[in-house]
Amino acid sequence: MSIDVTTPPTTDTAPAGLTDAPHHYRLTRAEALESESIHLIREVVAEFERPVLLFSGGKDSVVMLHLAAKAFWPAKVPFGVLHVDTGHNFPEVLAYRDRTVERLGAHLHVASVQDYIDDGRLRERPDGTRNPLQTLPLLDAITGNKFDAVFGGGRRDEEKARAKERVISLRDEFGQWDPRNQRPELWNLYNGRHRPGEHVRAFPLSNWTELDVWSYIAAEGIELPHLYYAHEREVFDRDGMLLAVGEHARPRTDAELASVRTEQVRYRTIGDMSCTGAVLSDASDPAAVVDEVAATRITERGATRADDRLSEAAMEDRKKEGYF
Amino acid sequence: MGTLTDATVDPTAVDPTIADPTAVDPTAPGTLLRLATAGSVDDGKSTLVGRLLYDSKSVLADQWDAIERVSAGRGQESADLALLTDGLRAEREQGITIDVAYRYFATQTRSFILADCPGHVQYTRNTVTGASTADAVVLLVDARKGLLEQTRRHLAVVGLLRVPHVVVAVNKIDLVDYSRDRFTELAEEIRAAAVSLGVPHVHPIPVSALVGDNVVTRAEQTMPWYEGPSLLELLEALPVADDPAGEAFRMPVQSVLRPQGAAVSPEYAEYRGYAGQVAAGVVRVGDPVVILPSGLRTTVEGIDTPDGELVEAFAPQSVVVRLSDDIDVARGDLIAAATDAPEPVKELTGTVSWLSDQPLRPGARVLLKHTTRTVRAIVAEVTGRLDLDSGQPSPADVLELNDIGTVRVRLAEPIVAEDYATSRRTGAFLLIDAHDGNTLAAGMTGTP
Ligand SMILES: Nc1nc2c(ncn2[C@@H]2O[C@H](COP(=O)(O)OP(=O)(O)OP(=O)(O)O)[C@@H](O)[C@H]2O)c(=O)[nH]1
Ligand SMILES: [Mg+2]
Repeated sequence: MSIDVTTPPTTDTAPAGLTDAPHHYRLTRAEALESESIHLIREVVAEFERPVLLFSGGKDSVVMLHLAAKAFWPAKVPFGVLHVDTGHNFPEVLAYRDRTVERLGAHLHVASVQDYIDDGRLRERPDGTRNPLQTLPLLDAITGNKFDAVFGGGRRDEEKARAKERVISLRDEFGQWDPRNQRPELWNLYNGRHRPGEHVRAFPLSNWTELDVWSYIAAEGIELPHLYYAHEREVFDRDGMLLAVGEHARPRTDAELASVRTEQVRYRTIGDMSCTGAVLSDASDPAAVVDEVAATRITERGATRADDRLSEAAMEDRKKEGYF
Repeated sequence: MGTLTDATVDPTAVDPTIADPTAVDPTAPGTLLRLATAGSVDDGKSTLVGRLLYDSKSVLADQWDAIERVSAGRGQESADLALLTDGLRAEREQGITIDVAYRYFATQTRSFILADCPGHVQYTRNTVTGASTADAVVLLVDARKGLLEQTRRHLAVVGLLRVPHVVVAVNKIDLVDYSRDRFTELAEEIRAAAVSLGVPHVHPIPVSALVGDNVVTRAEQTMPWYEGPSLLELLEALPVADDPAGEAFRMPVQSVLRPQGAAVSPEYAEYRGYAGQVAAGVVRVGDPVVILPSGLRTTVEGIDTPDGELVEAFAPQSVVVRLSDDIDVARGDLIAAATDAPEPVKELTGTVSWLSDQPLRPGARVLLKHTTRTVRAIVAEVTGRLDLDSGQPSPADVLELNDIGTVRVRLAEPIVAEDYATSRRTGAFLLIDAHDGNTLAAGMTGTP
């Protein structure tokens, strides 16, 4: 048989029977992602004894909780939520957290970094950042409550170590992730079997991008803390980021002091106040944020997270220890 | 190693010929394609993925800065595109891919989920992982080395998984002087190997991932003899598979929703519905269905979502189905169209891709996971092993790591397995170690 390999492949070389599904029976990207996430959430609840959902009031955890509510409707979300409170959270976000949990009738567990610092189990870092300190209270909460599946809002598009993670990701007895030896994950047949003491992290938003999340928030009309939308705030420059002047982040050097000013900003991610930067923005509603995210040329963590700048592999190292 | 000539181009500069890649509307239909790479170690998979991302303006400025910094720190003259996906410390130390990296990018017509898989034989299980959900695989071949054992293994895996489209990128064409003869020779060889390993159609393209020839734009300068599309043009044009209208309805039950005291509002206290993701076909309110393996028959009374009732649902929607009769239905059951329903079986023959370091021997006691049901199983017999060179089965009674073989499995309880060739989602299964929970094999019902 002789084939002219230099001619363009056309549809007649496609395998028989493969045609585009008619428009009518095709899901949009957003619908396909939603369906995939709901399928995963239902699988985890069916196969694990004590799931819990990490809920910080940040946009990804809010979307994840929204998906959980949709997955079990008309029943309530059949598991509780866990917040690892760094003690440096935006008060507005904590208020939002409490309101949301109340509305859904979910049980809230709080693991407090401040308690650990107060009784000496953890020590404040010299740079004042508390994000890396969350791992110990998180693992203790998981062990103490015998949670065997922990839903996290991590997305693979966020960071290069997260890009490597399975949808269902095994953690050993010590909470560690072993990126060099992950369990195979075939099709959507999730295998969550584990030995006593081990648990899994489940990531329903694995395949969502920041733009997918915002488009979904806009389309579903999901309420978020107002920090995600443009507002005036007193800020200063540190490490190329705009930090809010407040109890947990004060200008220290002359240069930082000189940079204090009021700007119109919003947050792309919400974490610890001491290390989460704001971005200049006039996007005051979800549709405007969608446009802004579509046009951005910097990743959300690159723009706003000091904790990722500690080293090239900062996220991988934290994740190996059991971080979100 | 060659240098990346245009790596100094500012990735933030807007190329007027390419629309902002992130600007695809996620609510537009039919645009999602899941793509995975395959091929032997060092054939250039990660570089190709990096090139696709870079030339389609999908690399954000801080990501680019980071890989430039790392490349410069190693004394490389220009940014190493493979670092866009090789993100683990160990991968960067060894210069190889260990596990799948998922990246997302979009063009004006389509959005992509890209799985960059490892080539090293030790990590074949990760490549099987990446390919299992793919609509299309780009298999790389080094133009100098040609087909290697690992290329054949990946071809066999892709054939077994029935990935709908296989594109073969004959890479490093710059290192064979852009030779048309070499490309033609390799393309023929690959087609023949593909057919013998169960991949009926491949699209060969000559590319240089390093330089960017035929990746996003056609290389008219260096390969005027090639008249086909660039890789990205081809990927944008591939038809998305599976028209649910042509399939029989199947929905494995994930859970029974009976809220009682835990309903979102009192009106739903008596609600009873079956939650699941439609695995194949279309279902309409009023359709007669059968519950398997019990064989009980009923009709669909309603299809619910939190956004309202539907008159029909199709694959792969996640829905809740209400049935007209109060019959016994539980997680693990299959709701199927009443006509043309499959038979429950307590024994099956299938092909497995063996992923465990421990060999598979006849008599092995395992768990078999199929749709939403997990049952105890005994591998009664290993009936053969695929010979990668000939594409023919050879006699074997043991399967070792990375082998592809055929098995006969006996089940403690019936399952409703269909031929993987006709229904991927109701034909796929896992073999699981009952003791430590590890996944031992990817299985496909029926023989290839
Ligand atoms: N000259 C030339 N070199 C290339 C080309 N593509 C990749 N390379 C080089 O080949 C080497 C291996 O590239 P990778 O992209 O890491 O290969 P890989 O297939 O991802 O390797 P594994 O993931 O470990 O299997 C690197 O040094 C690349 O720079 C090409 O088109 N031309
Ligand atoms: Mg690679």
